[in-house]
Amino acid sequence: MYAHLETAKNTDNLKRVVIDPVSRVEGHGKVTLLLDENNKVQQARLHIVEFRGFEKFIQGRPYWELPVLVQRLCGICPVSHHLAAAKAIDQLVGVDPENLPLSATKLRKLLHFGQVLQSHALHFFHLSSPDLLFGFESDIQKRSIVAVLNAFPDIGLQGVKLRKYGQEVIRMISGKRIHGTGAVAGGMNKALSKEERDYLLTDIDQIIAWASASVQLVKKVHRSNLPYYDSFGTIQSNYLGLVQPDGALELYHGGLRVKNANGDTLFDHIDYCQYNDYIHEEVRSWSYMKFPYLTSLGKEAGWYRVGPLARVNNCDYINTPIAETERVEFKAHSADAMVHSTLAFHWARLIELLHCAESIKELLNDCDIIRHDEPVKGERRFEGIGVIEATRGTLFHHYQVDENDIVTKANLIVSTTSNNMGMNESVRQVAAEYLSGQELTEPLLNNLEVAIRAYDPCLSCATHAVGKMPLQVELINSAGDIIDKLIKHDTGHIEHIQ
Amino acid sequence: MIKPILIFGYGNESRGDDALGVLMLAHIENHCSLEQIDLLTDFQLQIEHALDLEGRELVLFIDASVKSDIEFEFTQLTPMRDTSYTSHAISPASVLDVYQNMKKEAPPPCFLLAIGAESFELGDGLSSKATQNFTCATKFTERLLSNLTVEFWTLQRSK
Repeated sequence: MYAHLETAKNTDNLKRVVIDPVSRVEGHGKVTLLLDENNKVQQARLHIVEFRGFEKFIQGRPYWELPVLVQRLCGICPVSHHLAAAKAIDQLVGVDPENLPLSATKLRKLLHFGQVLQSHALHFFHLSSPDLLFGFESDIQKRSIVAVLNAFPDIGLQGVKLRKYGQEVIRMISGKRIHGTGAVAGGMNKALSKEERDYLLTDIDQIIAWASASVQLVKKVHRSNLPYYDSFGTIQSNYLGLVQPDGALELYHGGLRVKNANGDTLFDHIDYCQYNDYIHEEVRSWSYMKFPYLTSLGKEAGWYRVGPLARVNNCDYINTPIAETERVEFKAHSADAMVHSTLAFHWARLIELLHCAESIKELLNDCDIIRHDEPVKGERRFEGIGVIEATRGTLFHHYQVDENDIVTKANLIVSTTSNNMGMNESVRQVAAEYLSGQELTEPLLNNLEVAIRAYDPCLSCATHAVGKMPLQVELINSAGDIIDKLIKHDTGHIEHIQ
Repeated sequence: MIKPILIFGYGNESRGDDALGVLMLAHIENHCSLEQIDLLTDFQLQIEHALDLEGRELVLFIDASVKSDIEFEFTQLTPMRDTSYTSHAISPASVLDVYQNMKKEAPPPCFLLAIGAESFELGDGLSSKATQNFTCATKFTERLLSNLTVEFWTLQRSK
C-alpha cells in the first residue's frame, strides 16, 4: 500500500505541487504533492473542503421539514438526502421500515432508482467518458462531453437522454424537479397517476437498451488495456454497504455487510441503527474531512470503501436479470475474488445503472405504485436513523429531537467521507506509479484527477454562480517561492507561468 | 404546451446570495404576465437542460454572479465550450453548446442576467449588497419582460 506517502519524514527540502481545485468533481478539492530534488513524490494528499455546517443547518428545525430541507445540502444528490431523512423521521413517528405502507416503500424505491440512474448517467457520460474514450493524457479540449457529442454523437445523446429520464422519474413522483415533497414521515404524499406511469413506461425499454449498451462500452474500454485498467489507482481495501436479507444488491433498505480485501465477510446483516457500535470517525490535522473506520479493525486497517464497487463486490447477486448477467461477468474478471481496481468503479457503476433501469420497469408495472396509502404513525420516538445506499455509497442520517419536535442533534456520514481514505490511497498510488520522477505536465496531473473522479466524489457545493476559479497548479520550493505555475482558464486554455 | 419564452432562474436558496436567480423567478411569477413565459428552476445547470431550450423563441438565464462589484450584467450568450462542463454544473454558454452539438442547429437567442453576489454560505440569507443588487435587477427585469423581442433585449445588453 501507499500509506507511507501520507506524511513525508522530512519536508524541509521538498517542493510542493498544488492542484486546486480538482475539476469535474462536485465542489472543490485540492491535491498537494511534495517532491524531492529528483521530482520523486515524498508526500501526496487529497484535501477536500469539508461539509461544514450540515449538522448546524439541520439543528433547530422541526423534524417534518427535514426531507425537503436536506435536499438543499446538495445539488447533485438531493433525492438521496431526501430519502435518508425520510427514513430517519419515519422512526421519529414510530414507524419502522417493515411497517411503512407497501405502496410507499415501492414509490420511494422508484424515486431512488430514478435518482441513481440519472446520477450514474451523468457521471459516466458527462464526467468520465471523455477520459475513458479519449485517454487520460489526451488533449484537454477533448476531455469534455461536447467532444464526446462530436466524436460519438449517439453515446453523447444517450447520456443526455438517460439523465433526462431519471429526472422525469423524480419529477413525476415528487411533483417537481427539485424541492419535491414525495416522502413524508410514515409514507408518501401521493401515488403516481396512471397517466404519469404510462408516460414513464413509454421510454423505459429504450432506457434499458441504452443502459445495457453502456455496460458493453465500459467493458470494451476496460478490456482494451487490461493491465493498465486493472492497476491504475488500484488499492486493496475493505468494502461496506447494504444488502438484502438474502444477500442481494440493495440500494434503499437492508442490513450492513462488510467484506475485507480477501472477500471474507467481517460482519453481515447488521441493523444500521447500531452503526455507532461499528464505525468511528477519525480527525486528521491536515484535512477538514473526517476518516471513518471500522472500530473492530482500528484506525490503520479499518478504513473501507463504499459505492458501486463496494456494492457489486459485496452482494451475492442482483435481482434483475440483465444486470445479474453483467455482475457474473464482472466477478469472473477477477475469478470471483474481490475486484480492487479503482477504474472498475466505472464498470460497477454502469451495472448498477442497468439494474436501476430494469427495476424502474418492474416497479412501473406494479399496480401498488398507483395506489395511495395514507402515511402511518406509531409510538413517538426522540431518535431516528435513516441509512440508504446513495449514488456514491452508504449515507447515514441520524437525528435527535426534543419534545417540541425540534432537532437538537444531527450526525451525517456522507458517502464521500467514507471514501476519503480510499481516494487518498488511490492518489498516492497514481502519484507513486505515474508521476514520480516525471516532469509535471497537465496530462500527467489529470491522471490524479482521473483516480479521484472514479469515486464520483460529491463535495456538495450546490452553489455555482457565474464565474468560477480556474484550475491552478503551483510548484513551490522549500523556501515557499512559486517556481512554476499552470493555470487552466475557463476557455480551456492552459497558461504556463515560470 | 411549450411557451415561446423560457426563463430559467437557478441556484440554491439555502446558500446565501446563490438564491438570487430563484428569488428573481419568484418575483417574475408574482409581478409579470406569464401568458407567453415558462418558468424553470433547478439547483444548477446540467447537460439535460439543453433539452429545455427546444421550441423556444427567446431564453433568459438568471443567476448570481461572483462579481461582487457589479449590480447586474445583461449579456447575450453564444455557445461556448468552457471548462465549467468539467464540473457537476455547467455554464449557460455550455448548455447552448450541448444543444448545438446535439441538435445540429443553432440554439434560440439566449441571454444571461447575472446579479452581483458576494456570500454563498449554507444557511445564510441574502447579503445586504445582494439585496440592493436584487432590487435594481427587478426593475430592469420588469422592463425587459414588457417587450419580449430579441431586438429589444439586444438593445438592453450591458456590453
